[in-house]
Amino acid sequence: MKFLQPIYTIWQREIIRYWRDKTRIISTLIQPLMFLAIFGAGLSQTLSAGNFGIDFVQFMYPGIIAMSVMGVAFFSTISTVWDREFGFLKEILVAPVSRVSVALGKTLGATTIASLQALILLVLAPFIGVKISLIVIPELLLFMILLSFAISGMGLLVASLMRTTESFGLLMQILIFPMFFISGAFFPLTAVPTWMGLLAKINPLTYGVDAFRQILLSNQVPQNILDSFSLHSIPVNALFLLGFSALMVGAAVIAFNKKS
Amino acid sequence: MNIIRVENLIKTFRDFTAVDGISFEVKKGEIFGFLGPNGAGKSTTINILSTLLPPTEGNAFINDFDVLSQKDEVRRSIGLVFQDPSLDDRLTAEENLHFHAKLYGVPSDVYEEREKEVLQLVDLWDRKKELVRNFSGGMKRRLEIARGLIHYPSVLFLDEPTIGLDPQTRAHLWDYILKLKHDKQMTIFMTTHYMNEAEYCDRIAIIDHGKIVALDTPAQLKKAVGGDIITIKSSDMNSLKKELAKMSGFNLREEADSLCLEVNDGESFLPQLMREITTVIDTVELRKPTLDDVFLRMTGRSIREEEASGKEKMRREMKMRRR
Repeated sequence: MKFLQPIYTIWQREIIRYWRDKTRIISTLIQPLMFLAIFGAGLSQTLSAGNFGIDFVQFMYPGIIAMSVMGVAFFSTISTVWDREFGFLKEILVAPVSRVSVALGKTLGATTIASLQALILLVLAPFIGVKISLIVIPELLLFMILLSFAISGMGLLVASLMRTTESFGLLMQILIFPMFFISGAFFPLTAVPTWMGLLAKINPLTYGVDAFRQILLSNQVPQNILDSFSLHSIPVNALFLLGFSALMVGAAVIAFNKKS
Repeated sequence: MNIIRVENLIKTFRDFTAVDGISFEVKKGEIFGFLGPNGAGKSTTINILSTLLPPTEGNAFINDFDVLSQKDEVRRSIGLVFQDPSLDDRLTAEENLHFHAKLYGVPSDVYEEREKEVLQLVDLWDRKKELVRNFSGGMKRRLEIARGLIHYPSVLFLDEPTIGLDPQTRAHLWDYILKLKHDKQMTIFMTTHYMNEAEYCDRIAIIDHGKIVALDTPAQLKKAVGGDIITIKSSDMNSLKKELAKMSGFNLREEADSLCLEVNDGESFLPQLMREITTVIDTVELRKPTLDDVFLRMTGRSIREEEASGKEKMRREMKMRRR
């Protein structure tokens, strides 16, 4: 209770702030629609003749979820930089609360918002022809939360090191694109150059996309095709994401202690 | 009982010494002021006392809790109003208080009662549902004070509480602070570089270059200056100076365009002086000593000169804009 109360309080504030910001809510709703419209209508036409052995939309869809989650999770952690700039972080850091609860509260706030976005995408999936069987939804949700948590943790670490929202935004831009492209969202990572393979190995998005894809396609695509572009087993993906999150949140706690 | 005990506190940042061996104690129920120019070490001291910065050397205790080894106990014992605004302006007044109360572990069953109490104290009870972003600078400050009180701290820290506020709001804020002392016997530790505000304090420590140069009640400090101050201006300063140098019964001090005399009984000394001086005098001013004179006497320069630097002005303006 003593440990959970501050986490809940900090999480709750993130949610209230999100709820008050109509622009953010609207963009949460619009962004997935936009992705789906563009990818669904545009790419499927030109790329449907790909040699993956499956429909390109089916292949891309896990990547769209991952990208969407990443964008929102990163963006939500900007609140920490914002708090620093507007002095509110001092109010939090001087409270009789452990830095771990502060970091967890912040990370869970961003995780919640990012998971919400992923959920919207999930609901919209049937409209662009992505088939999802109901049985896989709990597992899918679990991974959405795991990926959101990992990316939020990473965002928090970056946020705890940045002094201004400008520098945070800039760094996010630099990180988002390579992370997205080297994640297996667009093309399978089974036959890429070594350096790219190495980068993909430390990219949390890779593990999210990999897990999403295996869960989504498990009953729709022949196992041998699925295996041909899968990287890790589902438990390994989950373990990596958990370990990555712990590392990021831990580093953010250290950064908080140093910077205050 | 002494709520705050500070023993030989030192804080150095690389080669710069911000706080240079200060010691003092603050009694329960008093308003204790730290007076000094910007950069004297006031905020650094507050940051150490509130556990945000570890001291390089020395000890500090709040409520007998060590600021280094008992951080959480210290944090629970203090209410803080920072120099810069620290409210979430996307939340309502009430939500800001609630957030704070939860982090400080205020029990839910007493929360509502306390919220009413602190908001009524600063006259914001009927605005509690409003977003903080719609508040004026003075209202925000009052809300910050209410927030600092809701966990019933033993001591309230106010770091430059009136900075960036207009004179009228400033005076109002002081009404609240004095009410706090009177109604709640709250111990208040504050910093300021406004001389007239320091007058409200029970005791003042004058701090300069990280050292406490004087510590006493405002009245005692002013007494130490040596009575009243007579300022004389003349177009022939040299001859005036020569003439005054021959006389006695006062301390003579030279300022940019005038001469200052510190005398014990200004009212009876002034007519006598006027009779004796033959140099043509442009203006004469007799006044009681202020804390600015005390500061001048202790440090050899005026606190106002320190304020005028361009960088500081810009910083102040930025702050105003944020409020």
